[in-house]
Amino acid sequence: MLNRFLVLILVFPAGLTLSSVVFAQPAPAPRHDISGTWEPVNGRGDGVQAGGVKAMPNDGKPEHDLPYTPHGLEVYRSHKALEGKDAVLPAYYNDPRNFCEPIGFPRADHYNLRQTQILQNEFKVVILYEYAQTWRVIWTDGRELPKEIPEERFYGYSVGKWVDDTTLVVQTVGMMPEDRVWLDSTGRPISDKLRVEERWHRVNHDRLELSVTIDDPKMYTKPWVSMDKFPMKLADPHTDVPEMYCSPSELEKYNKLFGNAASNKEGKQ
Amino acid sequence: MRTNRVTTFAVAVSLIVSVPLMGHHGNAAFDVGKEITLKGTVTDWFWANPHCILQFDVKGADGQPVEHWVTETSNPPDMIATGWTKTSFKSGDQVTVTAQPVKSGKPVGRLLQVVLPNGKMLSTFGGAKGAAARAAAAGAGPADVKVEEVISGR
Repeated sequence: MLNRFLVLILVFPAGLTLSSVVFAQPAPAPRHDISGTWEPVNGRGDGVQAGGVKAMPNDGKPEHDLPYTPHGLEVYRSHKALEGKDAVLPAYYNDPRNFCEPIGFPRADHYNLRQTQILQNEFKVVILYEYAQTWRVIWTDGRELPKEIPEERFYGYSVGKWVDDTTLVVQTVGMMPEDRVWLDSTGRPISDKLRVEERWHRVNHDRLELSVTIDDPKMYTKPWVSMDKFPMKLADPHTDVPEMYCSPSELEKYNKLFGNAASNKEGKQ
Repeated sequence: MRTNRVTTFAVAVSLIVSVPLMGHHGNAAFDVGKEITLKGTVTDWFWANPHCILQFDVKGADGQPVEHWVTETSNPPDMIATGWTKTSFKSGDQVTVTAQPVKSGKPVGRLLQVVLPNGKMLSTFGGAKGAAARAAAAGAGPADVKVEEVISGR
């Protein structure tokens, strides 16, 4: 009798602890479903990637040097970015973003990746980005990428395939040429030869990871990874994502009040 | 700068502060690690992208002319998330602002924190105590961090 009592005393708390651990685990990922409102696990600033793409920041460290082709390096050097190791003062940029041009893809993944809404049905996955309130469609209806690009697009042509129950692999081609878009906010280049692979992997019900591979033989001698399992968590479905836009008139006023003075530049942009 | 320097001290310890990185431009224009504190009167609160801007006048000491300051914050979504609103200020509000000035010497800077007349404090970029973390993010070490307290308009 005493032994049974002791067993109960020892086993009952252990069972409670174990059950709390079990119940604290997120539910498993649903099959073929990455829908939801997602936000960076490590806070709002993590997806800004101001200093360059997350996996390869433009910080001057040798391990983050990109495999530029001679042409790629030439194009990079022609870019006057406001971020990264070669940043210029606020009034002397030529970043298309600062003229309110569409940032395009894959910069949509590489810049201000904040609260991101993903909607999907049996035909497509739609990604609604917070920055500039842009969206793109990833077709999952079995179609192939266009063999001939009808016309170049800022956000390209995307098709996705489920490679397992929880991983959607997306291929994107047909983006704008090099004089219209940048890869990231530090002025790294991309061209119309770019092919991007995204891997959206839902680790469990509450967590999504994004990996991005850049393959642009015009700018880089080999493919490289720009985002490596970037972690995002599921937000409350009632989350009202705020506006974040580029307004030419507001930008002009900002430059007049702040950018020019901070750069010792007189007059307007 | 027509101001009275009150104290200067060095921050020699690394502070653990969350410092959201600016998404629009880097640190090239700023005197990284330096901070100044100013008392002034709000003339305009510009709620806009890419960054909101607080403008205020600082009364010069001993009959010196008023100095007009322009300080930037972050974008509206970041400001909303840290408790700021489009109506946080109105013209005429008396404020105490801590800012990171630009290198050019002009009365322009990055707003770090502001104290309103009712004592409410709003901060951004890690606030006034985030100097070490900001310097580290900009590639400078803790030994490079210098905080200057400059009170104007007394």
